[in-house]
Amino acid sequence: MSQVTAITAADEIEAPGPGWASRLARAIRRNPTIVAGGVLLVLLIGLAVAAPWISGDPFKQTPVNRLRPPSEKFWFGTDRYGRDVFARTLHGARISLTVGFAVAAISSVLGLLLGLLCGYFRRIDAVLMRVMDGLMAIPSILLAIALITLTRPGLAIVIVAIVIPEVPRIVRVVRSVVLAIKTQPYIESAISGGTRTTKLLARHVLPNAMAPLIVQATYVCASAMLTEAGLSFLGAGVPLEIPSWGNIIAQSRDFFQIAPWAIFIPGAFLAVTVLAVNMLGDGLRDRLDPRLARRL
Amino acid sequence: MVSYILRRLLATIPVMGVVAVFVFFLLRLAPGDPAAIIAGDDATVTQIAAIRAKLGLDRPVLEQFGLWVLGMLQGDFGTSIFSNLPVSRLIAQRVEPTLALALSTLLVAVALAIPLGVLAAAKARRLTDRLVMLFAVMGFAMPVFLIGYVLIYVFADRLGWLPVQGYKPLSEGIGPWARHLVLPSLALGITYMALIARITRASMLEVLSQDYIRTANSKGLATGRVLLLHALKNAAVPIVTVIGIGIALLISGVVITETVFNIPGLGRLTVDAVLKRDYPIVQGLIIVFAGVKVLVNLMIDISYAFLDPRIRY
Repeated sequence: MSQVTAITAADEIEAPGPGWASRLARAIRRNPTIVAGGVLLVLLIGLAVAAPWISGDPFKQTPVNRLRPPSEKFWFGTDRYGRDVFARTLHGARISLTVGFAVAAISSVLGLLLGLLCGYFRRIDAVLMRVMDGLMAIPSILLAIALITLTRPGLAIVIVAIVIPEVPRIVRVVRSVVLAIKTQPYIESAISGGTRTTKLLARHVLPNAMAPLIVQATYVCASAMLTEAGLSFLGAGVPLEIPSWGNIIAQSRDFFQIAPWAIFIPGAFLAVTVLAVNMLGDGLRDRLDPRLARRL
Repeated sequence: MVSYILRRLLATIPVMGVVAVFVFFLLRLAPGDPAAIIAGDDATVTQIAAIRAKLGLDRPVLEQFGLWVLGMLQGDFGTSIFSNLPVSRLIAQRVEPTLALALSTLLVAVALAIPLGVLAAAKARRLTDRLVMLFAVMGFAMPVFLIGYVLIYVFADRLGWLPVQGYKPLSEGIGPWARHLVLPSLALGITYMALIARITRASMLEVLSQDYIRTANSKGLATGRVLLLHALKNAAVPIVTVIGIGIALLISGVVITETVFNIPGLGRLTVDAVLKRDYPIVQGLIIVFAGVKVLVNLMIDISYAFLDPRIRY
């Protein structure tokens, strides 16, 4: 044992890995979409986190400066109340990213659990999949709208409202993986060897489901951000006083022809964020799941 | 074939059942008192009680559900809380603009996306392909309202070629009707186009690598003939599947597009109902939209049998 470690250690000393620059170059050449999406996303997260320090107050109204075009003082112009669109857009990134990541995380966990149950237990499958089919028949924005009609507005309820229609998508992916694995000889031998179901799921089934799950989660994240913006745009999203991108655009709707920047700039930020997440997802899909990549 | 169609038709019943149960119990399970939330913050106790009675919340749950489903089967979707009009009539009044928008979008998207996808596959890994894929990736990230406002800004505001907003019914002439639909259909259709173009390309690439395509090429058939008759026909099943999946996209998009373009359709009705918390309307619309989606998927399932005679059920 000690001999083996000695050899690998010696190898590492003798053959030092390539420098970080060439390693980076190789990573970019191999997975350009992952790197590009990742860099964009990190940049956007950085802007969102740093928003309070690098931009002004997103709530401060200066009526003298209403509907000003982008200038040196107001980089992205001002809106109908003379609020700084730059500050509002950067703060909006916090809302969008929070919703995107929260929805992706919650629906992944729920979807994974339900997917494992469905794929593994025939009886649960029959019932749960009918429910999932029903949920999937309701267009996601409408389902979220229905939920929001009945509750007081808030960020948490928006997240819940988006999670519900997204969960079935994850359940389907996980379930199909489980169904495919179940017929594999190594699972059969594990069962005949007396492996307990919980261990079987955790040890053999779960690792196989991870790659498609991660890929699907990135798509859910992107779609959640679009849905949140859509809901806020319709006036059925996060409360009006929160500067989410959808809200900024909704409040500038009536002034579109005078102040298009208050719509185009937050809209472009949303598009770039969704693009970054989608690129990350496409790249991960190609990397983690070559079979899926060929199909799309 | 007939038994297959029948079986698929029967399979839609549990799906719609789940939709109905979900929409129904959402109102009952919502945190807090929905009647109080619908009534608003300054409502009196009697007003809240009136709304509760209107929603049927004062009756036993199963009785409410039974009456509601029975009513819907007879075309009665309940009554709006605020206007006191039957929900079915409110929906019927708003169907035309939405149907026109959805159909024109479907037409535009399919007519543009499939040729783009075929072209990209035929020119795989070359500039044309890269451009089409770039469009597909970008189109998939663009929020509908952003596309809508950009189109309005360029083609209506700056160039003045098309009307900014609004809708003209078909009965007022086909010209104004079509002119009002161009921009909304494009705005709504771009994401859908991106989706269809991407799948068309992928499906075509898979078929183009088959032996019979090489045979067709080597026996000297014209490229166009090979692409359209031999390849596209065999690539059709995934494309049609995605057109069906995209219907969901279209329905969600309709709600936003109608708001951007001020079109008085079902989408506007939904938004107005949400803002007034008029739940019976929201409920009715969800059932209608879900029904449309289920019906489209049923049609797609049935079309497989025609597109690919090898598929037997």
